[in-house]
Formats: sequence, structure tokens, C-alpha cells
Amino acid sequence: MKRILLALLLLACALAARAQLTIDITTSGGRQIPVAILPFAGEASQPQAVSTVVSADLGRTGLFRLVNTVGVSPLPTEPSEVNFVDWQSRSAEALVIGKIEPQADGRVEVRFRLFDVAKQAQLASFSYVVAPAQLRATAHRIADVIYEKLTGEKGVFSTKITYVVKKGTRFELQVSDADGANAQTVLASNEPIISPAWSPDASRIAYVSFDQKKPVVVVQNLAQGTTRVVANFRGNNSAPAWSPDGSTLAVTLTRDDIAQLYLIGANGGEPRRLTTTPAIDTEPSFSPDGKSIAFTSDRGGSPQVYRMSVEGGPAQRLTFEGTYNVRPRYSPDGKTIAFVQRDAGRYRIAVLELSTGQVTVLTDGTLDDSPSFAPNGKIILYETSVGGRGQLAAVSSDGRVRQRLVSSAGDVRDPAWGPLPTQ
Amino acid sequence: MKKVLISLALASLLAACGSQEVKKDVPVADRTTGTQQPAPTGTTSTTTPTQQPGIAGNPLKDPANILSKRSVYFDFDSNAVKDEFRPVVQAHSKYMVDKKDSNIRIEGNCDERGSREYNLALGQRRAEAVKKTMTVLGVAESRIETVSFGEEKPANAGHDEAAWAQNRRADIKYAGE
Repeated sequence: MKRILLALLLLACALAARAQLTIDITTSGGRQIPVAILPFAGEASQPQAVSTVVSADLGRTGLFRLVNTVGVSPLPTEPSEVNFVDWQSRSAEALVIGKIEPQADGRVEVRFRLFDVAKQAQLASFSYVVAPAQLRATAHRIADVIYEKLTGEKGVFSTKITYVVKKGTRFELQVSDADGANAQTVLASNEPIISPAWSPDASRIAYVSFDQKKPVVVVQNLAQGTTRVVANFRGNNSAPAWSPDGSTLAVTLTRDDIAQLYLIGANGGEPRRLTTTPAIDTEPSFSPDGKSIAFTSDRGGSPQVYRMSVEGGPAQRLTFEGTYNVRPRYSPDGKTIAFVQRDAGRYRIAVLELSTGQVTVLTDGTLDDSPSFAPNGKIILYETSVGGRGQLAAVSSDGRVRQRLVSSAGDVRDPAWGPLPTQ
Repeated sequence: MKKVLISLALASLLAACGSQEVKKDVPVADRTTGTQQPAPTGTTSTTTPTQQPGIAGNPLKDPANILSKRSVYFDFDSNAVKDEFRPVVQAHSKYMVDKKDSNIRIEGNCDERGSREYNLALGQRRAEAVKKTMTVLGVAESRIETVSFGEEKPANAGHDEAAWAQNRRADIKYAGE
């Protein structure tokens, strides 16, 4: 653990001003897979030590125990050089070795191998030829392969997150790697920015801008930096949620006085009203199959989570415990919904299992908000409050592992986890 | 108290051409009459305005006038306009009925607890509650726009009940302000 933190610290120093967030594991539980990740031969002369990033990625999931690799010399780079008996005695179940070799064209070749120590068998072997500047991204890809081989689930180390940073009176929408590195400001304003949401292909982010002194829904193309106002009707325009095919946004409009749900094209156009109630209907979230929308409504007297067909029609109430259950978000497999629950004045992240109705509270903050699932469904990123300041935190969807993303800059809020990169 | 405030408000309206007391360190931006405001005269009681014919102030900016009060505060989880704020709403309604070219925007706000988007909707409901009171008092609906800032624009940046109480509010803003 100390090593991970030290590595993260060094990493943070190396990345200087670019790294906005560092990650600290606050709790972990359950069985951890012991894995030995050896330094990659030749990485010391590169701008980024690949094995350090791989170790940090795997370590902060809480699912792995990093086996001490100090003093291994010479570093094995081929299967024939691996002393499996030695690694068994160090109780490693998995072993990662690799090497980095400069190419004539200035790029580098990164090779890595993953072994099952007990079976003395190779589980994976990959080679990438990349620019030295891509070594960090390559390390995330390697971590994704290892994670998937050892857990059976997709890794999310190559994904991005977005969040809003408030610095004094200034608001910045930032995008960073999932580990908080490479933070970039994609929008800055002296007015609030809330509710960022990734398009399913990760090319655009929808958000709510207050630049026009009222909430307006904007879609920004990340590569081009262009923005398009998608909903700017009378009253408030907010809570954008993408349909899984990226063609449509569900939004909340007050053009007909009270907050109601509407569907609108991702490029704008005439909205189609989805709910018709005398109550607040807001915070839509599409089911992964695109057929249902979960949302918050206080039609029953207190705000609760409901679900309805995207075609309209009646809504079904999903939450019944307590008087405040809001901000639903479907898990990527559609089987659970994360939401914010108020209990005795404390606001916490909970998950609802749709097949059983079972609710599990995952966090222990007082002002937790904005849950967002990682694309593999295993982690929920959310906003918490530490000493009156907004900070990001993450919890595994089974509640066992918690992380805090420690920011050096301002109030950090409203996170959204981006989709898996397209291959 | 209510009556005093209302009659004060009415007095101010009737004395629209009269002068206003201007408190020290309160900036006065209104220049509608083309006449300079009188120099501050100290801390004269605001309930006894001195008559200075020919010098007009803007009742909306005059700290002695109830119309300078723009905020209606709400209880937790509530959008009911409390009795203690009815005089403010009534004064602005009267002003708008008389001043036919005035338009306002009512901005609803919430404290920081709970989800941002639900708070945005709640703030809207607070703004609508004030609007409804004003339309009942004779202001045309078309002259009032309502928006919400949710929990995004706290008046008090603190994190306790005293701060939250100041943040659960609806603010009245006149067009052109």
C-alpha cells in the first residue's frame, strides 16, 4: 500500500500541474489476488515507467495485493528466465514481466507477459509499438488486459472521467484519465456548469451551462471544441441523459411551468414531452437497452425513483424506503440502479437491485451526490463533501472497496465516468 | 408590522417624486431623473423621509423602501411563501401593477443538500410560488419569468443551518437591472 501511494506521489510530482487528482484507497475488504509486477526492462530510461502505472491501476481497485518485487536481478524478460518456484514461495499467484526497446524510428516497443505462477503457464502476451509519449496510455491497456484475465471483467483503466472544478467564482469542466492524470479543462466559465454526461461514443459531453444566466443544455464536441445549444427554452433546461445509440437526449424542461421530462434530438430540434404530471419529474437515465427511463419524481408527495417506457405511458415507482430517493443511474448491465438516498439528514449513495427490490447503502458521507457507474459496472464514482469542500470518491458496486480522489484544486463535483474506448 | 410596511411602501410610491434618504456606503446607480442624489445625510431614521422636492430616487434601489428587498426565504423542503415575506411580494406586485412597463425575473435557489438536479427543480418551484402570489395580486403572468439556479448560487457559502437558511430563497430581479 505504501508503495502504491509513494508511486502515486512520485507520479503526481512528475506530472506536476497536469495531475489534478490523486487516488487514495480508504478501505478494502475481501480476498485480494496476489500479483507480482516486475519493473519492465529498459523502462528506467523512458519518460514513463510502465510497471509503475500498471501497479497503481491494479492496486487501487482493491482487488489485488502487490507482491514485493524488490531485489530481483537480473529482470526476467522471457518465460525461460522466470523462476516460478521463487515466485510461489513469495505467494504470488500471477506474475507480470516486460521490456521496452527503442525502435529506429524513435518509437518504442513494449512487450509484456502475464503468467499463472502455480501452473507456470502464460495467460497473456502482447506487444505494442508506440511513441514514448503514449507509454502511460499503453500501461493502462496492459492493466486492462491483466485485470480482465485475472477477474473475468473488463478493465476501465483506459477510460476517461469528467467533472466540474469550482475555483473561487470560476467553474471548469475537466476531462482526465480514470486515474486522475492528464486533467484538461475543456470549458471554463464564471457561471455554474452542472450535470456533464458523456455521449456513448465518448466524442461529446452534454452539460448544463448557466452562461445565459439560466440553465441551458449544451453539447460540446471534445475533439473540435465546438459547442451546440441543444435546449434553450423558456425556463430551465437541464439534466441531459444520452440514449444508448447517441441519437437522443432525455432532458428536463420547465417550459410548461413545472419540471417535466422531454426527449430531444442530440443536435436539438423540437422536444417531445414524455411526462405529464403536476409534479417534478427530472434526472432521467436511459436503461442500457434504450427502452426505459429511470427518473426522479415527487408525484407521490416525496421525491422517489420511478421507471417508465421511453414511449411514454404510466410510470412504476421503484423506491419505497424513506422520503428522499433521487438521481437514479442505470448500471451498464441494466440490473441495478444507483441513486442518492437521504437517511436521518445524511445523503448517501445506494444501489437498488431491480430483480429483488433490495436496496444497499454503499457510502457513509453526509452530502454524497451524483453517482456514476464505471463502464464495467464494478465501480461507482460520486461526489462527496470533505470539510465543506466537494471531492470525488469511488466505491466498488459491492461496497467493499472505497477510494477517494484527492484534488489539489478547489471544489470538485458532478463526476461522470466515460465509456470504454472503442477498439 | 405588515401594515406599517405596506403603508410605508405605498407612501414611497405616492411620494415617487419626493426624495429618498440615502444611507452612507450604499451605491446608487439610478440616474433616471438626470439629477444627482443628495449627499448622504447620515443615519436619519428611514421612517421619516425628508421632503426634498425635485429630487427623485429609484424606489427599487432605495434601502429605505421595501421594494429594495428582493428575497423571499423558504423553509427546508418547502416552497410555501411565508407570511413574513408577503409584504415584500405584495409591494413588488403593487409596483408592477402601477408601472406597466416593468418586467421581472424570479430566481429560485436551494441549499446545498440533496441532488443538484432535483434542487434545480425545487428552486423553480419556489420561483413559481412567488410568481403565483404576484399573479393573484394582479401582475400579468407574461411579465414574470421564472428560472432556477438550484444550489449553484448560494448567497452564503457556509455549510450550516444559518447559511442554508439564507440560500433557500427566491430573488426578484427587474429587467434591465
